[in-house]
Amino acid sequence: MTAEVAARTGISTTTRFSPAWLAERLQGVVLHVAVIGLTVAWMVPAAGLLISSFRPFTAINSSGWWTALAPPYNFTLDNYVKVLQSSNMGHSLFNSFMITIPAVVIPITIAAFAAYAFAWMKFPGRDWIFLALVGLLAVPLQLSFIPVLKVFVSIGLVVQNWGFVGVWLAHTGYGLPFSIYLLANFFRALPSDLFESAEIDGAGTLTVFFRIVLPLSVPAVASLVIFQFLWIWNDLLVALIYVGGTASVAPLTVTLANLTNSLGQGYNLLTAAAFISMIVPLVVFLTLQRYFVRGILAGSVKG
Amino acid sequence: MDLSLLLTDVPTLLFVIVAVPAVLGAYIVGGEFLVRRLPDRARGSVRPWIWVVPALVFVTAFLVAPAVGTVFTSFQSHEGGWIGLTNYQRQLTDFPTGGAWIAIRNNLYWLVLYTLFVLFFGLLLAVLFDRVPYESVVKSLIFMPMAISAVALGVIWKFMFWYQPADAPQTGTLNAIVVNVFHQAPKTWLTDVSVNNFALIAAAIWGITGFSMVILSAALKGIPADLLEAARVDGAGEITIFRRVIFPLMMPTVVVVGTTLVIFALKAFDIVYVMTAGNFGTDVLANRMYKLLYQADNPGGASAVAIILLIAVIPVLIFNLRQFRAVEARR
Amino acid sequence: MSSVSYDHVVKRYTSDLTVVKDFNVEIADKEFMVLVGPSGCGKSTALRMLAGLETITEGEIRIGDKVVNHLAAKDRDIAMVFQSYALYPHMSVYDNMAFPLQMKKMKKSEIDKRVKQASGILGLDNFLKRKPKALSGGQRQRVALGRAIVRNPKVFLLDEPLSNLDAKLRGQTRVELQKLHRDLETTFIYVTHDQVEAMTMGDRIAIMNAGILQQVGAPGEIYDHPANLFVAGFIGSPSMNLVPVTTQNGNAKAPGFDIKLPKPVSAEKGILGFRPEALTDRVADDGATLEMKVEVVERLGSDQFLYGTVGGEMVTARVDPRMKVAPGDQARLGLDLRGIHLFDAETEKALL
Repeated sequence: MTAEVAARTGISTTTRFSPAWLAERLQGVVLHVAVIGLTVAWMVPAAGLLISSFRPFTAINSSGWWTALAPPYNFTLDNYVKVLQSSNMGHSLFNSFMITIPAVVIPITIAAFAAYAFAWMKFPGRDWIFLALVGLLAVPLQLSFIPVLKVFVSIGLVVQNWGFVGVWLAHTGYGLPFSIYLLANFFRALPSDLFESAEIDGAGTLTVFFRIVLPLSVPAVASLVIFQFLWIWNDLLVALIYVGGTASVAPLTVTLANLTNSLGQGYNLLTAAAFISMIVPLVVFLTLQRYFVRGILAGSVKG
Repeated sequence: MDLSLLLTDVPTLLFVIVAVPAVLGAYIVGGEFLVRRLPDRARGSVRPWIWVVPALVFVTAFLVAPAVGTVFTSFQSHEGGWIGLTNYQRQLTDFPTGGAWIAIRNNLYWLVLYTLFVLFFGLLLAVLFDRVPYESVVKSLIFMPMAISAVALGVIWKFMFWYQPADAPQTGTLNAIVVNVFHQAPKTWLTDVSVNNFALIAAAIWGITGFSMVILSAALKGIPADLLEAARVDGAGEITIFRRVIFPLMMPTVVVVGTTLVIFALKAFDIVYVMTAGNFGTDVLANRMYKLLYQADNPGGASAVAIILLIAVIPVLIFNLRQFRAVEARR
Repeated sequence: MSSVSYDHVVKRYTSDLTVVKDFNVEIADKEFMVLVGPSGCGKSTALRMLAGLETITEGEIRIGDKVVNHLAAKDRDIAMVFQSYALYPHMSVYDNMAFPLQMKKMKKSEIDKRVKQASGILGLDNFLKRKPKALSGGQRQRVALGRAIVRNPKVFLLDEPLSNLDAKLRGQTRVELQKLHRDLETTFIYVTHDQVEAMTMGDRIAIMNAGILQQVGAPGEIYDHPANLFVAGFIGSPSMNLVPVTTQNGNAKAPGFDIKLPKPVSAEKGILGFRPEALTDRVADDGATLEMKVEVVERLGSDQFLYGTVGGEMVTARVDPRMKVAPGDQARLGLDLRGIHLFDAETEKALL
């Protein structure tokens, strides 16, 4: 174990200044240069845009963002102010919340119900239905837009009448296979003794679900919430189809996409707008990263 | 910013936050209440359906039924008449540049390059990062693009690929490097057909590598340390250990990540839509479907493209199901 | 009344998978009954049918006078301690013990009284606020017991409750469980695969194998008079020596020895059984003897175990530690005829 730590951290276990020591040192340096170099290179695209978003309009168009790193420093909040004033970013932010929150709550609740049944109840066809759900994970969503939209239009379930109800329902349908898959796997891994003990203790199905299964599944549910939140908040396609590009109902992604197409050369506003759209997911992501990673792992490295 | 609109809407949002869970909670409590009033025998067979039916209804309504509907639409004309395979014919005509062929070619580019590079970078970063003490920091930084929408990602990369005429100062990062370091003429990355597909794929790789890195890194850490120590004691060098011990043990995870990436590659849409809208020979199937439906008002053609996409996914789907059953069988 | 009776109970999963076959046991009120057998013998299934966790395919199970076949687990007035303890990981020790009472919609004050009482008995007073994760294995085990005690059940069911404890703690807990049984004056049904636990704890033992009940009786009775070959081999450690013999004129013969049986038997072929302690280094002139080729000698201080062969059959002897013997020796040992058993080679039933 200690030898391994030494090897991993590059702490030398050989005599100082011997050739072996030098070789080891050199390896360590190369490793650190490679790691930090790759990470910095990875950061460049985002960093460039972030720095640009604080540069004045004229500077963005006349010199590269890296020139701003050397004095004289010339930073400004103008771009952010302008974006918030001129476009309907603020309203889009609200729309994003309005679309995302119910579209996270509804599918996860319904998925938890179903996952409980798939994991701990017996009913005819259970395994086949579950297998079908796994299969649906791979089906392209694009397949479903045309028929669903036709039905929505024919029954009047459109933004003008019902607001975001249509897009909530659609996101529920699309989010369910993955949510059920993840939760059922987690529920199934709970020890069966707990359920038997609860049965002897006289707990009914509801009690078991709300007082034992859910409290024990907080990590899985949390990771799923983050997943679904990021997926819906960042979604463009479903929003474009069911909500459309109208300014008053557009979520951030749609507004930003519209800006991209319309502003074209007015890059200064776009830089700021892009970062405004990232704030919420980045906050969610950075504070709850641990759960997010756990969810990804549960969803993909099973078995 | 229209604050008045916000104020009228905030109560709606609050109402929704409270009402939606209340309705769902009431459903399940009510359902159980009814089940308990059933005779003993019926209870056990009715109860599971109370719990799964909402999910089944949604999945059927939004995924299964529409998929079937799309199959039908793909055989119909704009007016609804039955026209057999005509829609498919139109999409698959004039190989290699007509119909959907460009999109199919590009999806193949995506499939191969995107999948391989994401796996390669994910593996490389996982292995390198595993050896440094500040692993969690660098991992977070690489992982961060996962939180960003494809639209924002598109903005970031448009900025990377920005083009100015050769005599003007280059403000795009890549062209600045091309001009100042390699002393070449600046490239129009997104419109130049020789590079633009690869430019889009590069942007997508940047966004998703964190995903593959995190999973592969977990698999790497799952390899017992004493196994590696045993290999070292047996006299294997680090590269041999990676090739003969680490990689084979990570193979199942690489396969899982790989199939997920293949599906992502086939479904690619957002980045293309935001950065080039599928112009300049960068179209992909999902974008073509979108364009046919909304810009060309051709639901039959769009459905045909969607079915072509589905057919492309089917092998992956079958593979996934097999894997899943194999895992289940071991439980 | 909290006796338990199994009346021709059968558990069948599929037509060719029957895990409990025609199981009949009467367990008296306040008795400590141990169900013992190798893993997969059906003992846990028998217990779980009583608990209401498995359906009963055929036959009847009664608690007191009441047939419980179709009663829900919670209505059977039983409590169960699981091998894994099945503690709810997100609840404190207090809540774990209070949970079954809350399910009965008991008054808060009554719940509190009972939990405090149980925690007093089990020495858990200082741990009530902790989560199971913060407890040692022994403490967790006691919480599981506490959760059973608070319910004041008619019957206690324990499914291998000691197998997750280390050896030292297991010995200690064995004693505590016996004390608890005395204090609570309740029927205990205890499932284990460990014959030492069975021998030391049970008022009576029921031995099962392959879904079939082999023998029921007090520990001493079973040890001294195993009803068949399986019980003879299963109970006792080291296990009984079993040597195939031919019987003729009231004598049992095998290569290496020829002894007179205490009473004549009809069968011609049998299996002679004798425990290691039936062998001794003191050879009486007229007593039965046998020649043992010693291969391994284990000196434990209080005992000396010899492992070797008698006429090609593996035999273990437990002799006086002062006996001088080395591997490779040919030892002449006396056999105490009071401790021999003979089993029919065909039916495996005891003949003596």
